[in-house]
Amino acid sequence: MAVMKKKRKGGIPPISTASLPDVIFMILFFFMISTTMRDQEIMVKTHLPDATEVSKLEKKQLVSYIYIGQPVDSQQAQYGTAARIQLNDSYQTLEDILNFIASERDKLSEADRMAMTVMLKADRNTRMGIVDDTKQELRKANALKISYAANKTMSIIGQ
Amino acid sequence: MENKREVKEINASSMADIAFLLLIFFLVATTMNVDTGITRMLPAIPLEEQPEDVKVRERNLMSILVTQHDMIAMDRQAVDISQLKDRVKEFVLNPRGDVNMPESKDTEIVLPDGSIWIYPVSEGVVSLLSDRGTSYNMYIAVQNELTRAFNEIRNEVAREKFGNDFMKLDEGEREAVTKAVPAKISEAEPKNTGGN
Repeated sequence: MAVMKKKRKGGIPPISTASLPDVIFMILFFFMISTTMRDQEIMVKTHLPDATEVSKLEKKQLVSYIYIGQPVDSQQAQYGTAARIQLNDSYQTLEDILNFIASERDKLSEADRMAMTVMLKADRNTRMGIVDDTKQELRKANALKISYAANKTMSIIGQ
Repeated sequence: MENKREVKEINASSMADIAFLLLIFFLVATTMNVDTGITRMLPAIPLEEQPEDVKVRERNLMSILVTQHDMIAMDRQAVDISQLKDRVKEFVLNPRGDVNMPESKDTEIVLPDGSIWIYPVSEGVVSLLSDRGTSYNMYIAVQNELTRAFNEIRNEVAREKFGNDFMKLDEGEREAVTKAVPAKISEAEPKNTGGN
């Protein structure tokens, strides 16, 4: 009895943290599977339009992005406020789209090239002129599968 | 004798710190959002030797123009965006057999179980035209309504034929319904009516 009493004197025994790494690893794996790498810095404002009938793009490696919109505030002093096209990490002109598509296509394997999708991330306040020009360039580059990026909402009518 | 000496347990208390470090790295370096969008196929640029696009008969064509002031004209008539979906559905289905609405052609569609399903596929083509001054927001809203019209028709056909919503069908069935209701939306060459 005396021995027991001595043990209890130390107060509450410390909680075992041996399973903590397992828990953290589990969270880690969850994030590794459910996320993708952030690949580029976006230099144009892209406040996407809303739509109800959007579909998900399944294979991210098959998707190339073209951003269209006003330069972000920090770049406006240098580039003005007219809508611009961003490919990879910099502002580009319409003529660069052909090269961009060619290089993106080269990254894919032979079998995947047909399934390549170009996602147009354009700001909702952009005029269609620059978007139409981009579409024409994509047709010339034979990148015909496109997707207009939009946020999913429940209803858009009466906004 | 020496082997019997007990191996000391490795201290694993720093494992949690390592895992935390990796976790934080992934939290910072990755994005969570899944890209969503309205998918379309652009028409290929016709080769020069080829004749001009096959003329679509007047009754099979519905032209939708989104003007620079974000107004919608359907066959030169102004319509509101809220009417657009139903008008497109009516156009594609042509429920009353109107002679000014598209004709349909009975097409044999092979079902996944090998049987043949004959469905009158509409010949209607929706041609969407925008101006250089049209806002992208309006354009996407119109595209969305067009997609919605076709999705609803597909749902109705799927429910009638397979007794389930289009999205709940398996891949083969979905393909058959897509063949029965092709989303014929033509994004015609851009046009400059506003002069800007």
